[in-house]
Amino acid sequence: MALRFEARGAASRAMVLGSPAIAVVLTLAASLAMFASLGTDPVRALQAFFIQPLSSERGVAELMVKATPLILIALGLSMGFRANVWNIGAEGQLTLGALAGGGLALALYGHESPLLLPLMFVAGIAGGMAWAAIPAFLKTRFNTNEILTSLMLVYVAILLLSYLIHGPWRDPDGFNFPESRLFHDSARMPVLLQGTRLHIGWPIALAIAATAWILLARHIVGFQIRVVGLAPAAASFAGFSRTRIIWTTLLAGGGAAGLAGVMEVAGPIGQIVPVVSPGYGFTAIIVTFLGRLHPVGVVFAGLLMALTYLGGEYAQITMNLPNAVTGVFQGMLLFFLLASDVLIRYRIRFVP
Amino acid sequence: MTIDFLVAALLTIITASTPLVFAAVGEIVAEKSGVLNLGVEGMMIVGAIGAFATGIITGDPILAVLAGAASGALMAFIFGCLTLWLLSNQVATGLALTIFGIGLSALVGHQFVGVTFAGLPKLDIPGITDLPFIGPLLFGHDALVYLSVISVIAVAWFLRRTRAGLALRAVGENHDAAHSIGYPVILIRLMAVLFGGVMAGLGGACLSLAYTPLWIENMTAGRGWIALALVVFASWRPWRAFFGAYLFGGITIIQLHAQGLGVAIPSQILSMLPYIATIVVLVLISRDDVRMRFNAPACLGRSFHATG
Repeated sequence: MALRFEARGAASRAMVLGSPAIAVVLTLAASLAMFASLGTDPVRALQAFFIQPLSSERGVAELMVKATPLILIALGLSMGFRANVWNIGAEGQLTLGALAGGGLALALYGHESPLLLPLMFVAGIAGGMAWAAIPAFLKTRFNTNEILTSLMLVYVAILLLSYLIHGPWRDPDGFNFPESRLFHDSARMPVLLQGTRLHIGWPIALAIAATAWILLARHIVGFQIRVVGLAPAAASFAGFSRTRIIWTTLLAGGGAAGLAGVMEVAGPIGQIVPVVSPGYGFTAIIVTFLGRLHPVGVVFAGLLMALTYLGGEYAQITMNLPNAVTGVFQGMLLFFLLASDVLIRYRIRFVP
Repeated sequence: MTIDFLVAALLTIITASTPLVFAAVGEIVAEKSGVLNLGVEGMMIVGAIGAFATGIITGDPILAVLAGAASGALMAFIFGCLTLWLLSNQVATGLALTIFGIGLSALVGHQFVGVTFAGLPKLDIPGITDLPFIGPLLFGHDALVYLSVISVIAVAWFLRRTRAGLALRAVGENHDAAHSIGYPVILIRLMAVLFGGVMAGLGGACLSLAYTPLWIENMTAGRGWIALALVVFASWRPWRAFFGAYLFGGITIIQLHAQGLGVAIPSQILSMLPYIATIVVLVLISRDDVRMRFNAPACLGRSFHATG
């Protein structure tokens, strides 16, 4: 007996939604094997990973804290991925957002004003956009592959951050630690739930998701983005400018990542530290695919991926499992998802 | 500047360039068959930990190198199954391979942090290796350095001069035509992808066994991506990739020496150089649209599904 793939007449809508579910189940099964091979009790490990973090109010709040940057970045990226614009440098754009917004907070240190935080948001968005503008310019002007340029700029951004906190931005009273000083109260994200780190970034991210949903479904820009991705030739006949789509999607992705960056330093971190993100910019790529490039899907996928970060921390504390398990988990999930996606366009036939 | 210093600098450039040569030449073969594998970074880092772990456990450098190559090939096999058989998007799958590889290597490497490896034995021909200048530069390297040069020669010959190389290029240029005259498209592509994995794994082995003989999480630091850029820079030609790799190795080492000599530029700014150089080089190469389209394999990145 052999397996054969048979092209479906039309893409299966059921499988568009079913494939992430299959991927999650397969990932859980594979991780049982992984935990067993690491010599830990698989059932206890999965419990520490996925159940324990959600059994307290603090855990749920922390889940939303971690989902916020993932959702924001993935919303921006999904626009580009729809149009076949592969911005994979969101980690760098996030870093620049953190530097621009955080830099403003440091420059205006001690100024008490309700306008400071919104200004920092604007600076963060601008910083992320500026960083994304480089691959956009090189792509549209010189036809340079945006995958490689945006990725290279991640390393440049992280080195820039490292330079700033080792040099000009180092906390003068910080015993020479490479960290900026703590932001003052006006430059911090208001906390929503006392005793947790849940801040106003979470509702902001949800509001942006809702806006993106309307934009993609109802606005001409959303339509153009979809057409450019699905049928580039048709798009050019219709007169949609590919250059404009590249600029729009990269700036949207950069701006969203920049906002996520400034929210991280003004929110849970409260200062600029050597590592402002545990790879949110890369994990957001998985969130984007898992969320089916759709704003609503992205919100749910963001929560799930946030759970893998949180679960990784819990498993490290309670079971002494290395934190790297999170990365393996995320990679496996994307593998299984991409594999299951074959079922959207093909059906499996058993040929005797 | 003394001769000794110059020799020492050139030797470090060779050690820094060899991983890039391996990874870039392997990726050239994969891309020539029409498969864009963006997971070079992931295959390299898994090759690095596979080689290092085997080296520490067995103490045998040959086994370590082989394990590096096998680890890279295993990663490439996952990629091949997904993109060639399950027809997944090559860009997304390559990214997944990198994310997975970085996580997996950190998980395995966790227990090897702080351990050092003795390094690879170097060629030493009494009398000849001791010759001033020429001796250490030509006859004083580990086997991987020589293997990297041999692989460039072999791949250039294979792609240009052999029937199998022609078939591989045909599959990369037009998979439908190649299929209709009877070439096994999927099999050829799988072989090319596996070769790319072996080479990336060897590149990773160079890093963890020779360049810095210890395990550091995420130690490839973007070299896989630089190798991908080198492929474009080289217009998919092995010899150009070789010289490109040495150019980048040179930039990396010169900025390290500049840091060591206490140049008044902050070290982080100097460390940006290889990444910025990559961008500059990509811009210079890809601005010529006609040349890019002429050199790039026509089916690069496109899935093949035989109908009928």
